[in-house]
Amino acid sequence: MYSNILPTTIAFLEQLFNRQATPEAAKWLKEKKDLVKSSETGKELYLPFSAAPRYVGKSTLSLTQKELEQANQLRKGFTPRHWTTDQLARTILLLSLPHENADNYSKTILKLFGTADMGELVALYAALPLLPHPEKFVAQATEGIRTNMGNVYEAIALNNPYPSENFTEAAWNQMVLKTIFTGKSLQKIYGLDERTNSDLARMLSDYAHERWAAGRTVTPELWRPVGPHINQTIIRDIKKLFASQNETEHEAAALACAQSGYPEAQALLNQHPLLKLKISEGQLNWSHISQKAITA
Amino acid sequence: MRFIDPHIHMTSRTTDDYAAMQKAGIVAIIEPAFWLGQPRTELGSFKDYYSSLIGWERFRASQFGIKHYCTIGLNSKEANNEALAEEVMELLPLFICKEGVVGVGEIGYDDQTAAEDKYYRLQLDLAKEANLPVQIHTPHRDKKAGTIRSMEVALEHKLNPHMVIVDHNNEETVRDVLERGFWAAFTIYPNTKMGNERMVEIVKQYGSERIIVNSAADWGISDPLAVPKTASLMLEQGISIDDIHKVCYQNALDSFGQSGQMKESDWMDNTSIDQSQKLFNNSILRGGQLPTIGEIRTNPIFDSNIIR
Ligand SMILES: [Zn+2]
Repeated sequence: MYSNILPTTIAFLEQLFNRQATPEAAKWLKEKKDLVKSSETGKELYLPFSAAPRYVGKSTLSLTQKELEQANQLRKGFTPRHWTTDQLARTILLLSLPHENADNYSKTILKLFGTADMGELVALYAALPLLPHPEKFVAQATEGIRTNMGNVYEAIALNNPYPSENFTEAAWNQMVLKTIFTGKSLQKIYGLDERTNSDLARMLSDYAHERWAAGRTVTPELWRPVGPHINQTIIRDIKKLFASQNETEHEAAALACAQSGYPEAQALLNQHPLLKLKISEGQLNWSHISQKAITA
Repeated sequence: MRFIDPHIHMTSRTTDDYAAMQKAGIVAIIEPAFWLGQPRTELGSFKDYYSSLIGWERFRASQFGIKHYCTIGLNSKEANNEALAEEVMELLPLFICKEGVVGVGEIGYDDQTAAEDKYYRLQLDLAKEANLPVQIHTPHRDKKAGTIRSMEVALEHKLNPHMVIVDHNNEETVRDVLERGFWAAFTIYPNTKMGNERMVEIVKQYGSERIIVNSAADWGISDPLAVPKTASLMLEQGISIDDIHKVCYQNALDSFGQSGQMKESDWMDNTSIDQSQKLFNNSILRGGQLPTIGEIRTNPIFDSNIIR
């Protein structure tokens, strides 16, 4: 499905790479890329894939706004904002591997996953949305969200369109829950609103109850996927938010109600005309809540 | 004084060892891949072992302020299981170029069988292709001939002797190794390989050029403080600080540093540790233990610095 955009993707990544890397690094990458292109067993990929930091360094890319837009045009949701030079080189190598035979291709890539160190795992997971035969890596990515390595987890869950397009509902829900659990912002989950579901809403509400019972709070971002699935049970949580002393919780409750077709939710929103107005005028939205949650 | 132990099998050692090593001035170590005391029977065991050398063990060392590197290879003993050795050879390219892997090792001869010879040669080619140093394990039996053979085969495969560290030397092999331009490493291992009084004599006789001291401490009766103890003995016996620095630190760095994976700045830039960190959600601390956080200092005190 992505093979038709592969050449343009590689060209775009190379342009980014060549702008930030030394001429020696660019030369090294080009040589290795040519070897990988004609690789039959994938062997030609293994050595340069792990050796990349040694030859191209590990500096963080600085992308212009225009380049970020280009990335998103090339592949919706693709956000290489925090990528590093070695990661870029590794991705270019992965994309250069012959992929006509889906089984051979995925076998080689999965072998890399099975022996990867932390930096390699980050590169592999973040590259998933660009790889041909994405359906071959669903099990690996699902396993990946069980990791305890924070940066590896972020490479899968955040700024990555792969999970929303490929995960089962159960895996997706686990990922959203774990993102909250580990204190990361939901805003960076691509496709969060599109893939919300009633089961997830129930799990998030249960989680909030657990926290409240322990005298703790939950991030107001939690109510974003809940909003569209407000029902007779969840409406009680929303009422609780409106009754709290915390202004951000009021805002989150209002936003959740605005996403809901449940009559009682609409009625609650009408009781807060100022918040309702702010929402309809676009002054209050979920990224505003995320910003506050991060700085809190 | 700072030390590097370029041959030590930490997966077999305790956290007490790490603490003592750090206290004695060891700043960096190299853990060669070796056998575990009994043969592995599955490929997955090799894979997980290599992964632990670049993962958990590296992290564990960092918790004591020690920088951990490793060499990756198929050891000579297990090369004799040819079916498995064949599979391991396919696995090696996935590991040898990873960050912190400073060479292919420890490889070489044990019984000097045909299978050992075959996989030794294949790994020499691999090291050459990856431009990595080689760490050679020389045999206990028929040592002198085995050592010379190891070097001749390396030369036959067009390896630069400056990229090859020949390990477990003794009085009988050192001259041949140095004359051929290889690095000569000595393992101070109680009762078997070398005592450190003998080591002092070797440095007196041959100087400090291309000579390296290590402990090869492992699951056997061995001493993870062999390098600092030997340094201390050398000092007592009148060997110059410069020479001690070379054989117990600089030569290890210069030889394995050729991998591009080991730099002095790796441990000089950051001397503080934080044991409250976790990897894989697992910590080296168990319930009730208090983490050490912040700057750590060295203060070596040995009951005796002699290892016979
Ligand atoms: Zn050893």
